[in-house]
Amino acid sequence: MNWNWSVIIEHLPRLVDGMWVTLELVFVSGIVGLLLAVPLALMRASHNRWLRLLPYAYIFFFRGTPLLVQIFLIYYGSSQFTFVRESLLWPILREPYWCAIIAFTLNTSAYSAELIRGAIQAVPKGELEAADAFGMSRALKIRRIVLPRAFGIVLPAYGNELILMLKSSSLASTITLLDITGAARSIIARTYTPLEIFFAAGMFYLLIAAVLIGAFRLLERRLNRHQHYKLPERIGEIDPRLAD
Amino acid sequence: MSDGKVALELVDIHKSYGALEVLKGVSLQARDGEVISILGSSGSGKSTLLRCINLLERPSRGKIAISGEELVLKPAKEGGLQAADPRQLERMRSRIGFVFQSFNLWPHKSILENIIEAPTQVLRQPKEQAIARAEQLLERVGLLDKRNAYPANLSGGQQQRIAIARALAMDPQVLLFDEPTSALDPELVNEVLAVMRSLAQEGRTMLIVTHEMRFAREVSSQVVFLHQGQIEEAGSPAQVFDNPQSQRVRDFMASHA
Repeated sequence: MNWNWSVIIEHLPRLVDGMWVTLELVFVSGIVGLLLAVPLALMRASHNRWLRLLPYAYIFFFRGTPLLVQIFLIYYGSSQFTFVRESLLWPILREPYWCAIIAFTLNTSAYSAELIRGAIQAVPKGELEAADAFGMSRALKIRRIVLPRAFGIVLPAYGNELILMLKSSSLASTITLLDITGAARSIIARTYTPLEIFFAAGMFYLLIAAVLIGAFRLLERRLNRHQHYKLPERIGEIDPRLAD
Repeated sequence: MSDGKVALELVDIHKSYGALEVLKGVSLQARDGEVISILGSSGSGKSTLLRCINLLERPSRGKIAISGEELVLKPAKEGGLQAADPRQLERMRSRIGFVFQSFNLWPHKSILENIIEAPTQVLRQPKEQAIARAEQLLERVGLLDKRNAYPANLSGGQQQRIAIARALAMDPQVLLFDEPTSALDPELVNEVLAVMRSLAQEGRTMLIVTHEMRFAREVSSQVVFLHQGQIEEAGSPAQVFDNPQSQRVRDFMASHA
């Protein structure tokens, strides 16, 4: 076989462009998905039966069908309806970029909602009773105790979800988007060098995944700092006033 | 006996779990500065009674009043009584300090943050004022050097002293202790009892569910003995410990001597 480095180097700028598209897809849908997931998770963890059942259909649908099908339904499906084409949303829904973002956002919010719900329910009951006993309102308890505790608990699992989403984002290439995979496929169509270019594309994904993993490790140390704190050896390190 | 104003009044408190009746009509009055110990064998309803006072547990019947203000109750859908106005419940809870058997500190907050949380968030005190008060309290329970540590860094006895400081930071009218030393190793019990003893001496109104008989006898102004959800005997420590009228109390004292 005949390995060709120069084809990688020559097309590097296009792969880098693709990387930015991939990053945008992952981060925009990751952030919006998380914002959607928190209220969904709170509803799922509610004591009110109706409130609990409401997000269930949504979560069931997005977890139960393939992401590729969801992308196709939004991209090809929405244009089938005249009222969509005539609506204010059409400028958005006719763009593959926004269709991909909508599909990823809805998909990841369903998965994240279930992760966060599990974390909310894992907060020990005694810590919530302590909040009740101090006269905290439900909203205050959720804001000050439940969510900060749940975020600390969910972080490792959520890091996993983001990495899965990073790799699923390659499906955006099926609706003409030039993300890393899309760019790689369009380069290969002209150069017939699938091995070199897919290898390079894989390296880009690895690089992003490595950065994500590192970022989550830092975040975990920060959010779960209570698990890493060591008592100082000398008393003066805590508070200079105490060191005589 | 103290002749202060009535700080806490419970009238005819009932509590059932399904068909099981845990409290069968308990009435109790604590005047300002009184220390009431609630004794009884396990399953007698001591903890349930204490938890009904601030509605951590829903009583099925009865009246609760703090400093003459009655908590307005209404039937809950799930059974039992709940507060008619959540605001009133929150306000009354903020005036009742509760110390749990299992401490229940918030592990994601530092010791100082644990103590200032409710004063700043519930009472809306300025942060500097809350910190100054928290440091006083930490000094009092002998743990000022742990202010930046986290609950997981502390021993059980230290955590419970922090939990007491956290309750005191709200300047509560009544302090409720739910078996505060039962989760502790024997050698850690005394440091917690010492803090509680000093609170009793400064005239705090306290209700204590405990198995520490010597301590109860020493600090209480009143001792209440619960048996199967009812008050079997109540009176001064001298009466209940040295001259109990009920055979059950005599048996209990004999086995806990």
